[in-house]
Amino acid sequence: MISLTRICREFTVGDERVAALRDVDLEIGSGEYVAVMGPSGSGKSTLLNMIGLLDRPDSGSYLLEGEDMTSLSGSQQAALRRHKIGFVFQFFHLVPRMSAAENVELPMILAGIDSGERRRRVGETLEAFGIGNRARHRPDQLSGGQRQRVAIARAVIMQPRVLLADEPTGNLDRVSGGEVIDILEDLNRSGITLIMVTHDPELGKRAGRRIRMVDGRIESDS
Amino acid sequence: MRQRDLIRLSLGSLVDQRMRSFLTILGIAVGIASVVLLTSIGEGVRRFMLSEFTQFGTNLIGINPGKTSTVGVSGAIINNVRPLSIADEEALRQIPGVIDTVSVVQGNAPVEWRQRSRRTNILGTGPAASTVWQIRVARGRFLPADDQRAARALVVLGSKVASELFREVSPLGQVVRIGGERYRVVGVMESKGQMLGFDLDDAVYIPTARAMGLFNQESLMEIDLLYQAGLQSKTVADQARRMLIARHGAEDFTITTQEEMLDVLGSVLDIVTLAVGGLGAISLLVGGVGIMTIMTIAVTERTPEVGLLRAIGAGRGQILQLFIGEAVVLAAIGGFCGLVAGAGGAWLLGALVPELPTHTPWEYALYAEILAAAIGLLAGVLPARHAAGLDPIEALRAE
Ligand SMILES: Nc1ncnc2c1ncn2[C@@H]1O[C@H](COP(=O)(O)OP(=O)(O)OP(=O)(O)O)[C@@H](O)[C@H]1O
Ligand SMILES: [Mg+2]
Repeated sequence: MISLTRICREFTVGDERVAALRDVDLEIGSGEYVAVMGPSGSGKSTLLNMIGLLDRPDSGSYLLEGEDMTSLSGSQQAALRRHKIGFVFQFFHLVPRMSAAENVELPMILAGIDSGERRRRVGETLEAFGIGNRARHRPDQLSGGQRQRVAIARAVIMQPRVLLADEPTGNLDRVSGGEVIDILEDLNRSGITLIMVTHDPELGKRAGRRIRMVDGRIESDS
Repeated sequence: MRQRDLIRLSLGSLVDQRMRSFLTILGIAVGIASVVLLTSIGEGVRRFMLSEFTQFGTNLIGINPGKTSTVGVSGAIINNVRPLSIADEEALRQIPGVIDTVSVVQGNAPVEWRQRSRRTNILGTGPAASTVWQIRVARGRFLPADDQRAARALVVLGSKVASELFREVSPLGQVVRIGGERYRVVGVMESKGQMLGFDLDDAVYIPTARAMGLFNQESLMEIDLLYQAGLQSKTVADQARRMLIARHGAEDFTITTQEEMLDVLGSVLDIVTLAVGGLGAISLLVGGVGIMTIMTIAVTERTPEVGLLRAIGAGRGQILQLFIGEAVVLAAIGGFCGLVAGAGGAWLLGALVPELPTHTPWEYALYAEILAAAIGLLAGVLPARHAAGLDPIEALRAE
């Protein structure tokens, strides 16, 4: 489903060129549960952004469901992000002035879905994630774990094929982190392809497949 | 993205920054309000002036002795200019299309009745003055159609003169003294009010020939021609000009058509309205700069939000729409408030100060509203383009 071949990505910092990804080859099948691990600065986030079409490689090819992604225009990529890809971030990235329900609704607004359908899907999803009674609360009235659940609801509301989570528990305590992982694994069991960056070896062990990155390369894959 | 959702999202972020939005809206509202208020005053004054000038009817041509190069009323009689005579007036009346003529001689003299005396305007006019100038007689009748050269000593009083001299007594049939001569009162005019500072009620009307004698004048000061509605003023004026040149041997008179006067007046007033509107437009511009500033700040503050929106599938176009939408909503609300405040202010001013007529030209108000939206659009474009151009990854990291 995801197929990366010889992907390279360099950043220019001042006069220096930093290679964030070096010749990365990676195949991920539909419905897989992949944990991406490795030291800080090894290119994990860059890899996730690449898969999530937020970034373009300098060279190499990327096929998503057999389609070439590198040749797509910006707006075509935006449409794919809208429909096929969900993002979950370490820092939640909820819009502070909007209620939980409105945050979850956002991707559907961008996609032009009508409001009746939106309301129904938001209600169902928040309920399923155990935050139905928090729909009208704003992010600053929610706990960290609740915020991340809202963020996950927003990521999956468009029923994407791939869920990309960059240290989703990095900002949470053990208990609420565990609850978040439970939700993500549930989603994976019901068919979504889950790719999760984590520093926590415990969490890594729960994944079906572990990728270890060092210095922009995939060092091990098991 | 749907239109309704776009407006809802814009309103949401504007409500979130209430104070800031309010001040920005105030900026635009003040601009629009001043445009509307100032043009309302300009238009009101314009209408007032026009109605002042047309209250004597529009199908009028005035002829004055002497030649002036600019349009205006020349009262001065230059030495080698032949006087305008009653014979001239009678000749002019024969021009086809001319319904009536009025000769005018004007001066100042005391009007006395018993012990009371009042210094007032004496208008020597022909019998047609009442119909040509559209001033109605309240009591009695206007000057009768006597032989103009041997008119009887009759007088018609302006309403103010009548009430000042006679108080409760009916003036009809009474004899007043004007410049030492005795005149019998045959009528009292309706109150007509002021016309550009000249109080028509503080005047009396006597036959032209008698006024010429009274003031020792050789020439009429003016001859007014009333022509049939539907005729070109120019046609009539040309005929009058040819006839008088034939009689005088030279063009030693000035013909002013009502149309010319209105044209000149109208273009002057247009400039006034325009200048006044321009002043308001400057304050609108300031409001526009305010919107631009606020939107620039908003984009900087909400950079992470832009990154997030890109990550969940917003295209550059949608980001552009969102921020421009906010600017336009700000400007449109400001425009609407300004419109209400400006029109309301104009109305209130008109009600409180009746001497200052106001009139809100609605098409100007519409232009002002469109202008406000356009300013919002323009002011929003730059910051919105900046937001749309942000790199999503960088934007997400900016926390
Ligand atoms: N936008 C950027 N501009 C410049 N350099 C960047 C940028 N993004 C990443 N890099 C560099 O690329 C390398 C990989 O960064 P990346 O964020 O992918 O690491 P990471 O594995 O996610 O690290 P961490 O565990 O700390 O999140 C780093 O050296 C980083 O400094
Ligand atoms: Mg990272």
